[in-house]
Amino acid sequence: MADSPRVALFVTCLVDLFRPSVGWAAVELLEKAGCRVEVPEPQICCGQPAFNSGDRRTTEELARQTIPALEPYDFVVAPSGSCAGMLRRHFPELFDDDPAWKARARAVADKSWELVSFLVDVRGMSEPPGGFAGRVTYHDSCSGLRELGIKAQPRALLRAISELELVEMEGCEVCCGFGGTFCVKYPEISTKMVEDKARRAEATGAELLLAGDLGCLMNIAGRLARRNSTLAVRHVAEVLAGRLETPPIGVGRVG
Amino acid sequence: MSEARRAIFAAIRERLARVDEAAADAAVRERLARPRAVLVPARARLEGEARIALFCAKAQAVGTEIVRIPDLAALRDAVSTSLRRHNLPSALVRAADPLLDAAALETEPLLEVRCDVPRETDAVGLTVALAGIAETGTVLLASAPERPTLLAFLPETSLVVLPTVRIAGSYEEAWATLRGLAGWPPRSVNLITGPSRTGDIPPAIELGAHGPKRLIVFLLDRPS
Amino acid sequence: MEPTSLAFRERATRALADPVLSTALARLETGWQAARARAAADLPEFEALRDAAVAIRDHALAHLDFYLEAFERRFTERGGVVHWARDAAEARAIVLELCRAARARTVTKSKSMVAEEIGLNAFLEAHGLRVIETDLGEYIVQLAGEVPSHLVGPAVHMTRERIAELFAKAHGGPPKQDSAALVAEARRVLRQRYLEADVGITGANFLIAETGSIVTVTNEGNAELTQGLPKLHIAITGIEKVVPTVEDAFVLLRLLARSATGQEFSAYTTFLTGPKRPDERDGPEAMHLVLLDNGRTRMLGGPMRAMLRCIRCGACMNHCPVYLAAGGHAYGWVYPGPMGSVLTPHFVGIEKSWPLPNASTFCGRCEEVCPVRIPLPGLMRLWREEAHRRGLAPPAARFGLALWAFFARRPPLYRFATRIAVALLGAFGRRRGRFARLPFARGWTESRDFPAPEGSTFTAQWRARRGTGR
Repeated sequence: MADSPRVALFVTCLVDLFRPSVGWAAVELLEKAGCRVEVPEPQICCGQPAFNSGDRRTTEELARQTIPALEPYDFVVAPSGSCAGMLRRHFPELFDDDPAWKARARAVADKSWELVSFLVDVRGMSEPPGGFAGRVTYHDSCSGLRELGIKAQPRALLRAISELELVEMEGCEVCCGFGGTFCVKYPEISTKMVEDKARRAEATGAELLLAGDLGCLMNIAGRLARRNSTLAVRHVAEVLAGRLETPPIGVGRVG
Repeated sequence: MSEARRAIFAAIRERLARVDEAAADAAVRERLARPRAVLVPARARLEGEARIALFCAKAQAVGTEIVRIPDLAALRDAVSTSLRRHNLPSALVRAADPLLDAAALETEPLLEVRCDVPRETDAVGLTVALAGIAETGTVLLASAPERPTLLAFLPETSLVVLPTVRIAGSYEEAWATLRGLAGWPPRSVNLITGPSRTGDIPPAIELGAHGPKRLIVFLLDRPS
Repeated sequence: MEPTSLAFRERATRALADPVLSTALARLETGWQAARARAAADLPEFEALRDAAVAIRDHALAHLDFYLEAFERRFTERGGVVHWARDAAEARAIVLELCRAARARTVTKSKSMVAEEIGLNAFLEAHGLRVIETDLGEYIVQLAGEVPSHLVGPAVHMTRERIAELFAKAHGGPPKQDSAALVAEARRVLRQRYLEADVGITGANFLIAETGSIVTVTNEGNAELTQGLPKLHIAITGIEKVVPTVEDAFVLLRLLARSATGQEFSAYTTFLTGPKRPDERDGPEAMHLVLLDNGRTRMLGGPMRAMLRCIRCGACMNHCPVYLAAGGHAYGWVYPGPMGSVLTPHFVGIEKSWPLPNASTFCGRCEEVCPVRIPLPGLMRLWREEAHRRGLAPPAARFGLALWAFFARRPPLYRFATRIAVALLGAFGRRRGRFARLPFARGWTESRDFPAPEGSTFTAQWRARRGTGR
């Protein structure tokens, strides 16, 4: 196992639907880190839309659907701090009244990781294969930061890219206002938050904003576009893998 | 006992649903019988002059003035000088604390001293602290017949005499020393850390919201 | 106070359009938020103190009946009188009865959130008493006929200009321009009120079982003048505030000011143990304490017990991006911010407050800074579950969730449907890469573009290139 672990890529619903190139970047990084990557089915969603809406029953059903698919693997890795946090922190607490399922959820939780922290903390990656020349700023997504302690890992890998200059924005740990369904339940507050985020990101003079969660990235990219900003937005895995052929989030293809 | 009391205690016990009442009772008795410091910051574990220096630094950081005097004989002059420096009238109301009796403030001809509970018109109050706490530059005052609490709250300028030997490192250390005193704790124990302040009217922090605008601590090296 | 929490979104939206309020709230970020970070960094034991505080509060709550009995015994031995109130109405009646027995006309008050919780001022005023708040922020709010918008700074939502107008109207004379003059004016006016007062009412930050003491914490010194000048002192607080020993209180006190305002210690921390003693020359002749349940015992039984650890420092709201956008009044009842979003449903009912626990991105900053580590997002989620059980969410939200759940539980159907949707959206959005308007996502596209999908799903691509997985 130590040499070549079998890794289930939990691709996450947003990456699956909106930005498959992040999924491929994750595959490439995991393979570079010596993993055998598979994408087991069924994996639809970690269940957060239901969980955070108070729909416990649907959340449990989705977890029961997902857990068996992930059990056979050495690790489960998701290119999202939010979804990984759901697997790692919240799956076991769904089954407080069901010891058998709780044990299974706990076992999956214990081997579930967010992509970048897995690469650094488990696989010991220090030199990412990708590259980027220019000034970059990094947004700490809330779940990754506070549920999983992801802070230093992405920065360590980004700093290892020689021509990449990392500039911290003011309030990099402050929520962007996405919050899953929050952004449509309270759009006015969400807009204020993402506006603050966009302004602070622009103030760094960076040309590219990175983060580890597609929800936040779509929110920030959407607001930046509305502001006619030139600041581009990508998932951190795209830069780490060097997969930059897909246009940045919210940018069209020429021709 | 009231119906409300019975109902509240019944609700507490029902909700807590403890299985071992005897163990719970014992745990509480033990805890109350032997209070002990839980976690004292390393900063508070200084000795001697270093501890006094920390007290001064912390007190000054929150706007307390520190005047260090060698002995009681020096208090008269120190008080007069402080009042003059702030353009305050040479009149004060003081605690009947034996330490202040011994300082013989009344012999200073230009200083008008009353030994009393302060009135609204008193501009300066003088009392004695039972302890100092180096950790945050705090003085601990305790009410007593000879030390009215209001002396440190009603007048706009509060003068406090604190013998340096009474400076403890931490709150716990100070309290542990006083716990054995008869009748402890007294009606009112005031931990005072700087003058009265408010941030309720922006933009600045203003001093003297309700309590004293000015707190001057006279650190006394040799009380007798 | 009748809750208006159902109008959270409308009130928050109005707040966002108010530049004066936005400026005031932004001060919290540069002020108390930054100050707390410095204070925490300056004390190496800060995190360990938080752990110790959790243990102290949990132990006290698990033995709440024992500690309340011990407290009551000591407090009574020292000449104090304890009154127990099951609910707000009982508490109000007790206070009024005490005031009447003292033939009181004027009451001064030092800030108490429990008094706000039971609507004490309005009740006493309706019964002919004159009630004067003495905490400067609370006094300002009282002059404006408002309620506090923050636990620690009741008037954080106000500008100096507005305060100057209020003072000029209440005290006469032209509006003062600088804060020093305004503070001096309030000092002068309120000094008279202190001296006139027949009764002083305070809250209590902690009760100490070991000594039978109540602890008050202020920066202004108003609690000491409130309880120290009139003949009668009435303190009112919740039953959960008891801690075992003085040493335990010091752990919490080390955290309180640092978490609230970033001060190492508030200017005045006072331990009161009974009324004036025989030979004393000042202090109140009688001291009464009203201990309020008002639903707190209901919180003891399950995960909500953690909320009873709260020491009312306000750190959760100082760090909450939603509070900082919406302001405290949007929450529509007494307790604002994340702690309010957990407490309000408890006190007023989830059916009158379900928007509050939903008004969070679950970013987790509140839990991150809470000195007693209350899992605020987790507790808000419990309220969301209750709201979901009762079907309180708007029909559109419930329908959307049910539709999504229908597909998510049927993987083949989900794959089929999403492939088509993504292909369509991808084709339409390919050139611009985003949509400025989408009919089913108006909440999103009102203020931001919606990034277009690439055009095919990852799972479809994977199957095409790498086979079917396992």
